[in-house]
Amino acid sequence: MSAEATTNLPRRVNYLNVDHGVKSWLLTKDHKRIAILYLVSISFFFAIGGLMASLIRLELATPAGDLVQADVYNRLFTAHGVIMIFLFLIPSIPAVLGNFLIPIMIGAKDLAFPKLNLASWYVYNLGAALMMWALLRGGADTGWTFYTPYSSMYANSEVILTALGAFIVGFSSIMTGLNFIVTIHRMRAPGLTWFRLPLFVWAHYATSLIQVLGTPVVAIAILLVAAERLLHIGIFDPAVGGDPVLFQHLFWFYSHPAVYIMILPSMGVMSELVTAFSRKRIFGYRFVAFSSLAIAVLGFLVWGHHLFVSSQSILAGVIFSVLTMLVAVPSAVKVFNWTATLYKGSISWETPMLYAIGYVGLFVIGGLTGTMLATLGFDIHVHDTYFVVAHFHYIMVGGAVMGYLGGLHFWWPKITGRLYPAFWSKISALLIFVGFNLTFFPQFVVGYLGMPRRYHAYPEEFQVLNVLSSAGATVLAVGYILPTIYFIWSMRYGERAGANPWGAYGLEWQIPSPPPTHNFEEKPVVTTEAYDYYTLKEKRVA
Amino acid sequence: MQAESSRAWGLAHHFDNFEQQREASYLGMWVFLVTEIMFFGGLFTAYVVYRSANARAFALGSKELDITLGAFNTAVLIGSSLTMALAVWAAQQGKRKQIALFLVLTILLGGVFLGVKVVEYRAKIDHHLLPGPDFHFPVTEVDEILGVQEGNVEMFFNLYFAMTGLHALHMIIGIGVLLVMVVLALRGSFSRKNHNLVECMGLYWHFVDIVWIFLFPLLYLLGRNI
Repeated sequence: MSAEATTNLPRRVNYLNVDHGVKSWLLTKDHKRIAILYLVSISFFFAIGGLMASLIRLELATPAGDLVQADVYNRLFTAHGVIMIFLFLIPSIPAVLGNFLIPIMIGAKDLAFPKLNLASWYVYNLGAALMMWALLRGGADTGWTFYTPYSSMYANSEVILTALGAFIVGFSSIMTGLNFIVTIHRMRAPGLTWFRLPLFVWAHYATSLIQVLGTPVVAIAILLVAAERLLHIGIFDPAVGGDPVLFQHLFWFYSHPAVYIMILPSMGVMSELVTAFSRKRIFGYRFVAFSSLAIAVLGFLVWGHHLFVSSQSILAGVIFSVLTMLVAVPSAVKVFNWTATLYKGSISWETPMLYAIGYVGLFVIGGLTGTMLATLGFDIHVHDTYFVVAHFHYIMVGGAVMGYLGGLHFWWPKITGRLYPAFWSKISALLIFVGFNLTFFPQFVVGYLGMPRRYHAYPEEFQVLNVLSSAGATVLAVGYILPTIYFIWSMRYGERAGANPWGAYGLEWQIPSPPPTHNFEEKPVVTTEAYDYYTLKEKRVA
Repeated sequence: MQAESSRAWGLAHHFDNFEQQREASYLGMWVFLVTEIMFFGGLFTAYVVYRSANARAFALGSKELDITLGAFNTAVLIGSSLTMALAVWAAQQGKRKQIALFLVLTILLGGVFLGVKVVEYRAKIDHHLLPGPDFHFPVTEVDEILGVQEGNVEMFFNLYFAMTGLHALHMIIGIGVLLVMVVLALRGSFSRKNHNLVECMGLYWHFVDIVWIFLFPLLYLLGRNI
């Protein structure tokens, strides 16, 4: 209608051009600008974490430990893990896309606590700065898991700084989660009932619950490690009857649910992408919505599967094994419902849809191998091998990163008001899919054959598979560099997007791109279900 | 119409009305307190695990604590919760001077609590009960036969200092915020319509109080009769 025509006027005031100068960005309370700040920060740390990964793959191209020494290698994979998990994956979708979209999707002007939102970005950067300082001083060598007693008693590296960095970043994660929970409860537009919410919002609600319930537990665990190193308060010290395995329990009580902090938001993105590019309502809305909550709840009951070989009783192991397999149920519900949504949909192969389809394939492989690992006997066989490494990369990179990139490609026109080149973006999506599989599929095989993780050298018979993996990492790197280039290019030279370039359904597509600072000229009133593409089509025809 | 008249001073731009703003800040505070419960929960878990393994050593450690000072502090803290509740009541009535008065009383009682805590910590350090190289606890022969080792008693004090230390840190932060709030109250920042900060601080203070209500029996009382 006429809405599209008026939004293309060049001089319209939006959140990007309403104010200029560094100060207007660093002191902003606008959730959209804070999302951009986060985008810049996490992209930077993604690059650093990626650099570590490149060095790791370079070392593993040959069986001998020739590029770096064993100790340096330990520091490399620790830095890679800590940076990618705490500084990239956990904040990625919530702090960037969630921050930008949740207030708009629920018809609000901002998150409930804008100052807290800005504070979370500063806290994040403070923690990140500590970690980077630790890295410059040589980094930690404990692995991202900081297992005691190595981390608390023996490690001769920057454990405290790195751990405190993770501790502080945790607070920013809590702030974001708290803000989302309150916003989703209290700020919804009139008529926007819980079951009319976009599934992206449901997924973030479930994620926020985990952030709020889990993060404090790892915070106290990390704090106790620091207290043991600094103040001799040896809670995990066996010499005074302490139990190092207690640390593992506390750590995984958060860090397993943390995996769902990474994957749930990307599942929310998936629901948006699949519906938008098949022009259909989601199949089984309530099932998809509740499966997010089910994953969040079950996620808290499965941490023991990380302790199958850590002196946990067989009974506990069996219970955790069964509970872990239960997570497959809500996960499968989602995959089946996305697939059923495609059925008889009017599918178009835009770039975000390529990511979505790639996501389903990779997530299914990651999920099924996860069920394999939940099996006690099999896990003991492949524990701490590359099979595990491949599994969690399929979930975290194949799932979370694919979802993040798909979402970024989907909402980029909304965020910047510009379109990126379709051809190059499809090439990069393809490169990432191929490169990812080439990198990580061989690791399933080499892990099953018995190659342990976290060693810088390996027997010669594993070289072919490792070279394949390293070659794949190169392709993957190209796939990640391409979007960086064309996204930056598009901000200046990209075609203007208009309010709704994809013809998608949802409140965020009914306002101009980029949106004005207060998002809505008038408070929206919601009268329809989510993804009501049928009515949208009827309106167009009329 | 409604929106015009309610765009009053103290109402943030992104809220429709005071009620929404109030409900948002209360819910935010409750969610924050949930994170606090989980935070302390990690330590309580450690306490339960180690106590169940070393009950006698923990009871011996518990006996070293000063039950009189602990009980006194419990009373002080409950008193401070009363004054905090009165401050919230004063805020609801819109009586700004009384808000400030009750907040100051709360701060004073919190200060007394921390002061007593310092006395207690000092005594523990003097008796070589601070975990670390200086820790020394004479285990009697009988206790040794019953499986008590010096290290297990040290674990009790690890937990004692970690738990009460973390609790005291929460009190110090709380007192800092209360000091700011006294200034705000005297400046007239709180009105009958808009005193969310006082209410939320009340919730926080009661939470810190309740943590102590659990710490006191766990650390001071359990197993003293051995």
